[in-house]
Amino acid sequence: MNKRVPLPPHPHPHPQEFDLKIEDIRKRSQISDIWKRLRRNKLAMLGMVIVIVLLLSAIFAPLIAPYDYAVQDLANAKAWPSLAHPLGTDDYGRDLLSRIIYGGRVSLLVAILAIVFGLIVGGSIGVSAGYFSGIYDGTIMRLMDVVMAVPGFLLAVCISSALGTGVTNTAIAIGIGCVPGYARLLRAQVLSIRDQEYIEAARATGASNVRIMLLQIVPNILSPVIVDSTLRIGGCILMISSLSFIGLGVQPPIPEWGSILSAGRQFIRSFWPIVVFPGLAIMLTLFGFNLFGDGLRDALDPKLKR
Amino acid sequence: MGRFTLNRLLWVIPVMLGVILIVFTIDRFSPGDPVAAELGAGYTQEQYDAKKAELGLDKPFFVQLFNYVSKIITKGDLGNSYHTGLSVTASIAERFPVTLKLAIIAIVIAVGLGVPFGVISSTRQYSVADHAVTTFSLIFAAMPGFWLALMMIICFSIQLKLFPASGYKQWNCWVLPTLSAGLSFVATITRMTRSSMLDVVRQDFITTARAKGVNEGTVIRKHALRNALIPIITTIGFQFGILISGSVIVETIFNMPGMGSLMMTAINNKDYPVIEGCVLVLAFFICIINLITDLAYGIADPRIMAQYTKGKKAKMKEAVK
Repeated sequence: MNKRVPLPPHPHPHPQEFDLKIEDIRKRSQISDIWKRLRRNKLAMLGMVIVIVLLLSAIFAPLIAPYDYAVQDLANAKAWPSLAHPLGTDDYGRDLLSRIIYGGRVSLLVAILAIVFGLIVGGSIGVSAGYFSGIYDGTIMRLMDVVMAVPGFLLAVCISSALGTGVTNTAIAIGIGCVPGYARLLRAQVLSIRDQEYIEAARATGASNVRIMLLQIVPNILSPVIVDSTLRIGGCILMISSLSFIGLGVQPPIPEWGSILSAGRQFIRSFWPIVVFPGLAIMLTLFGFNLFGDGLRDALDPKLKR
Repeated sequence: MGRFTLNRLLWVIPVMLGVILIVFTIDRFSPGDPVAAELGAGYTQEQYDAKKAELGLDKPFFVQLFNYVSKIITKGDLGNSYHTGLSVTASIAERFPVTLKLAIIAIVIAVGLGVPFGVISSTRQYSVADHAVTTFSLIFAAMPGFWLALMMIICFSIQLKLFPASGYKQWNCWVLPTLSAGLSFVATITRMTRSSMLDVVRQDFITTARAKGVNEGTVIRKHALRNALIPIITTIGFQFGILISGSVIVETIFNMPGMGSLMMTAINNKDYPVIEGCVLVLAFFICIINLITDLAYGIADPRIMAQYTKGKKAKMKEAVK
């Protein structure tokens, strides 16, 4: 016979609190899952360490750099690496290590500005195109195709030669090149979620289009954007130094890896450190961001496992 | 197939018009005055106005744009350089072969090394060879082309005196430029081939082929690589575009008279017609590369070819389904 057993008392006196906690745990476990996958990937961890060290050295450049980046010491010009100047000095006797540390600051700043610019402009275009669809979508995405037909570097060269040099102008020149990429990525993401119930529910409660886009759609499509941006920063840094190298982009006396290289090029026959070390800095940075970005992509998307 | 090619060729027209519009706008609204740059220091207002009218810059923006486009369509004329007065079409025709040759040799190096490396590393996953190839490609993918070029000059030109660091007439002048342009793409193509091959090698039809006793070389070449080709072709097409625009830097470093150096001089002189002409020609070339990439998909994969050649009837059938 089935006898009714009385239920044990509810373990939690306030179920609501309990629910909240589950929600909490769920959230945490998703992030910790990603973190666990990321931590298992040794190369990605190496990339992350490189990126963190770079960010720290860029932020705390005045504390770390042994000399001021602009102080000239003509008696000590083109000094070979020594204890006083670990990477040597340039043709004005400025300490190369300090210039490279400050140069990282400029490169990272411009790259981040460019990404933010591309993300805001490209993101608004992509999200609105995906959300509204129709003629608006068709027209604007064809326009993006046109911009994409011009290779990013060529576009950056054109814009930066028109706008002129400097940190902001270089960031805009490179940012415009990022616009179509972000527009496409975000549009595809919006298309994949815009017919889901929670969007419909938001619309049923009378939320405006802008509110739905900003509060419902954008938070749900962020993870591919984060991965894409990590992978893109490396490319942006490369572009900045390439622009500075050919005399556009950031100009001396502001230290930037590309412009240090470009200024040192004439001494390539007699004094190689001035050409070698800034390039190594660029390489290390790209290496770090590439590894970290790849690892992040794999960790966020277990389906893409190698 | 013919219809598809024609369609894609027609699509190039609006893209090129768009590119003209973008470049034209950027140039016209940029600070810096080409008229003043032409005249140099010390000129009267009359001289200024005359020069402005001579260059056609006194007309409204859209009239200038229309004149420019109609000249291109009717005569293939990209205008004259403000600076030297020479025909832009002629100077590009003179310079373009150098850039093209550089890009083609570089891409041949990149594909010739990248695809075999990728295949080797995917067929022997986690072996010493695989680790070596992966490390190599990680390092070279992070190496800026212009820095690699300078390092090569230091090593092979200054220290070992094997190859010259400038010039373009003898064959040995091309070794360093093409290598420095090509090596970073070797890395990209290797990585793409490896990951694409790894996806394919694990599929059942590969096991079937092996079970049937097909020898390993044929399995890799005909069954695996053939099916892994599409992403590799995409990468190659995409890289070719980057390579063409990256030639600006390589040509500057090695003093080669190509499109890149032409453009750099024009940018420094605010020589609008030359800048516009160069960007247009390069963008057109990249459109053609994209078209060739699409056609190559069809050659690599008969299913895609079937989509290209599919007549109206088949499309209707599909729509009804």
